Amino acid sequence: MQKPRLFNSSTFRLAVIYMALFSTSVLLLLGFIYWSTAGYMIRQTDATIEAEVVGLAERYDSTGLPGLTDLISERMAREPGSPVLYLLADRNFKPLLGNLDHWPKGNEPKSGWLSFRLENDSHPESSGHPARARLFNLRGGFYLLVGRDVQELEKIQNLIVSTLAWGLAITVVLALLGGTMISRNFLSRIESINDTCREIIYGDLSRRIPMRSADDDFDQLAGNLNNMLDQIEALMAGVRQVSDNIAHDLRTPLARLRNRLETLRKQVTEDGPRELLDQAASEADGLLGTFKALLRISQIESGSRRAGFTEIDLTALLQDVIELYEPLADEKGQHIEWQLVDGKPIRGDRDLLFQAFANLLDNAIKYTPENGRIHIALKGEQVSVADNGPGIPKESRDIVFQRFYRLEQCRTTPGNGLGLSLVAAVSNLHNASIHLKDNAPGLQVIMDFAEQNG
Amino acid sequence: MRILIIEDDTDTATYLTKGLGECGHLVQRAVNGKEGLFMALEEDFEAMVVDRMLPGLDGLSLIRSLRAAGKRTPALILSALGEVDDRVEGLRAGGDDYLVKPFAFSELLARLDALLRRSENETGAQTALKIGDLEMDLLTRMVRRAGRPIELQPREFRLLEYLLRHSGQVVTRTMLLENVWDYNFDPQTNVIDVHISRLRSKIDKDFERPLLHTVRGAGYVIRAEA
Repeated sequence: MQKPRLFNSSTFRLAVIYMALFSTSVLLLLGFIYWSTAGYMIRQTDATIEAEVVGLAERYDSTGLPGLTDLISERMAREPGSPVLYLLADRNFKPLLGNLDHWPKGNEPKSGWLSFRLENDSHPESSGHPARARLFNLRGGFYLLVGRDVQELEKIQNLIVSTLAWGLAITVVLALLGGTMISRNFLSRIESINDTCREIIYGDLSRRIPMRSADDDFDQLAGNLNNMLDQIEALMAGVRQVSDNIAHDLRTPLARLRNRLETLRKQVTEDGPRELLDQAASEADGLLGTFKALLRISQIESGSRRAGFTEIDLTALLQDVIELYEPLADEKGQHIEWQLVDGKPIRGDRDLLFQAFANLLDNAIKYTPENGRIHIALKGEQVSVADNGPGIPKESRDIVFQRFYRLEQCRTTPGNGLGLSLVAAVSNLHNASIHLKDNAPGLQVIMDFAEQNG
Repeated sequence: MRILIIEDDTDTATYLTKGLGECGHLVQRAVNGKEGLFMALEEDFEAMVVDRMLPGLDGLSLIRSLRAAGKRTPALILSALGEVDDRVEGLRAGGDDYLVKPFAFSELLARLDALLRRSENETGAQTALKIGDLEMDLLTRMVRRAGRPIELQPREFRLLEYLLRHSGQVVTRTMLLENVWDYNFDPQTNVIDVHISRLRSKIDKDFERPLLHTVRGAGYVIRAEA
């Protein structure tokens, strides 16, 4: 049971997706702002240049070259410091008139728009101001260039771009922070629900999910879950009540029956009837044992025994089980081998664990033929009980844990079909995993307590 | 022996009174917790059988009050709740043994006998146990029969020690599991029988008179006379 970390929580993923969408929208918005501010200024400049070119071309058409040069000179003289650029050149691009020394290098198209850098004669190494110009092809083979020094425009453009870039960065950071905070908040509330669930899974059904009295959807979820838990608890109490009733209503008369048989046996002197009475008494004992085992399984499954868990030394416990059962195996000529290495302490119920291992060993002894071998191993937190008996067919391995289930070939051997159910219940109680494997030939049962503290 | 039964269920009480009476005990009965506590304080009983769930005052509170008043009368708690934590709770409250309903009468009788004997034996620690020609030295952990040393495994020693401490009394298989093996569980097979027969082969095999006897339907007893 891995606790969900912030980064793989679904709310965080949602926050990241939201942040991506939001950033894209902001990017589009900023793009539009750029287009309508910086773009507008460029378009404005272009329109002015275009109008000027058209005006100059008209003057050329009406007055010829002298009229054009007069006009250009007049305009240059009128605004000496202005960013307006003019250049009139002959068909070999030799400048005739204008405030540019030469035709822009590398850019010698016949007409159209052109961006270039003005060369600064005093500082040849530094790149000059940016400029934008329109080329016009005059009749008679002359070239006319009208442009603007767009240094100021570019500054403003850069300012806008950097402002927008910062805006975008801040937006992303804020969205990320906000997303993290929101998912943290959600995560903490989901975690509080998860914590409660874990404790309930671990057997404490009295736990309830804390409410924040905000009456929001989380509180409603918590409230609904709590109501559901109340319902489950009530139902379980009902089931327990039924088991207690079984205990009373069936076990008590059975015990009375057994005791009457015992009393009767004392009064009977003939051997025949005594034998029958003994058999009847042992039948009653068997029935009582079955009831006891059933109730014990229900009690284990209720999880209430977890409250009494203590630290258990599996090595010592298994040694005790082996010591108890070894003479029984000896009688059947079976050989018990064991290998208990590196046993780690686990938390558990000593009596129940003993019962579970005893049941496994008991089964192994019961179902392994004479002169068979039984192997018990403990490694770390994993216990294995293996035999070379007939084993359990693969398709039956899951159902043998069910109550009262007995394999067809085992119906003749004594037993109530509850032994493995009890083992499974004990295993569940301890959060251990239990697996049945083919020991080729025989059965291997593996109980692993390693995930206990997960 | 004078035994007090505190039990509200008439069937159980009648049955216990009759059974214990047949075994030669003098039985008195209280029907609720308050009456039981009053009787236990007023008179001296050798042992008492207390139902855990009683009207008025429950069995555990009754025993607690009795112990607080300085009365040490051995108490066997009867309970319909077969949970081990209840057992622990019962023993912690001052009970001396715990038996889950329904029970075989032989089991109750064996446990009650053990309680009665325990209160007798409480004076002074023993260093040796003896029955017939079988001797057990608790200090050197040596066992001899008719002077011949007998080799016992540690568990066999504990088993024999428990039987000897309750010599002449029937001890049940559950009592042996609880006291010799110190585990509370239900064996599916009579695994205890095998241990007994091993012990028997060591202490009785080469001797004419057996000491360890099986009591059908109840358990085992070690005694000198056949």
